[in-house]
Amino acid sequence: MKKYFEVSTKTIVAIGLGAAIFMLLFMFVKVPSPVPETSFQTAYGLSALFATLFGPIAGGLIAFIGHALSDAIQYGSPWWSWVIASGVAGFIFGFAYKNTKVDEGEFKGKDILRFNIIQVIGNVIAWLIVAPLLDIIIYAEPVNLVFTQGAIAALMNSISAGVIGTLLLLAYAATRTKKGSLTKK
Amino acid sequence: MKIKLFSYNVIDTPIHRLSGLTKLACFLLLTFAVMFSYDIRFILFVMLFSFIILKVSKIKFSQIKLMIIYVLIFLITNAILTFLFEPEYGVSIYGTRHEVLRIFGRYNLTQEQLLYQTTKVLKYASVIPLGIIFLLTTNPSEFAASLNGVGIPYKVAYAVSLTLRYFPDIQRDYQNISQAQQARGLEMSKKAKFGSRFKNALLIIIPLIFSTLDRIESISNAMDLRGFGKLKKRTWYSKKKIETGDYVAIGLSVLIFAMSILISIFINGSRFFNPFI
Repeated sequence: MKKYFEVSTKTIVAIGLGAAIFMLLFMFVKVPSPVPETSFQTAYGLSALFATLFGPIAGGLIAFIGHALSDAIQYGSPWWSWVIASGVAGFIFGFAYKNTKVDEGEFKGKDILRFNIIQVIGNVIAWLIVAPLLDIIIYAEPVNLVFTQGAIAALMNSISAGVIGTLLLLAYAATRTKKGSLTKK
Repeated sequence: MKIKLFSYNVIDTPIHRLSGLTKLACFLLLTFAVMFSYDIRFILFVMLFSFIILKVSKIKFSQIKLMIIYVLIFLITNAILTFLFEPEYGVSIYGTRHEVLRIFGRYNLTQEQLLYQTTKVLKYASVIPLGIIFLLTTNPSEFAASLNGVGIPYKVAYAVSLTLRYFPDIQRDYQNISQAQQARGLEMSKKAKFGSRFKNALLIIIPLIFSTLDRIESISNAMDLRGFGKLKKRTWYSKKKIETGDYVAIGLSVLIFAMSILISIFINGSRFFNPFI
């Protein structure tokens, strides 16, 4: 039986390598969007995939570590409120771990729907609640500004996690052997 | 695309000699001190302090040029956005209103807004050197040991050290895949249509992720075979001993941290320094 909060050696390695890919995508693989100065972060699609495969702890830590390190490299210091929000989003994505059957090679209609509902909930909580509130508490940023930024981020990241995450999960499910795929002649 | 991760070089300065644990603790204490306070005098003091340390640790400008450019772009955008969204935010914080310049409509420049925004820019500007010093003077292999030292579970610390260890490998894989796909005619620039940009990004990410998933399997098997995670504690090969210098550094940081809190409570009565009343 799968457990949400079990941390095995494999989870640790998945966190380490997942965070490395997250960093790379976060810095270099952004899809420029029609709205100026914003881009779709493909990294959130990746954290959604890893969270679904390895659980909430892996999802949360991958996004947290990846975001913190890439901020540190680019800006010299992490922007803690958004780093924490990334972690929260990744953690919530992880609840798709037990609710989908990707490991058994099945990712169709209902699974896709479930994954996307969880993913949107995660993004809304992280970017519309956690990130703006922490911005106000830690950095005393103006209220209007942070909620507008949060709303844009929630929308963009939901699309990115939805489109890229779903496609990645479909590709992953196709590589797994289906349960009961062998029949006796 | 060629960002060298932690361009750490071995020089012998008092800062390099400190243990990684000390530097992480000092970095956290000082950043939280600056994040908490909105007193421009205190922030200027920390800024001066961090620039002195930057000088002492002999970091060259060429090492940090790119970061400084990114930070400047960020600071300018943030300042403009703040003014556009909340031109009266300073007034609501300090409770008074001294107009300097009428622009139009609700966009009037006030002394309060100027103070608030200058403080904010300085706040961010004074944290950056601290982060740079920490990143450029700490040996990456010591990083995990220091994380574990400040109380983070060693499994998480180990995951961070795996990230640092495998980032260059993954970066190389990414470049190979991306060049191979571009040689086959994949368009990644703005010339491609918006929808196909998504698809093209995926065509690079998918092989990268699947090769990484295989790698996760073999690394975790290797770690399991060597008995990783069997015990509650773990020792680190690259951990440095705590010496006198470390106590001095931590003492100074704790002092500055305490100053930030005490100034806010006893002198200003809030996080903001208010010269207008």
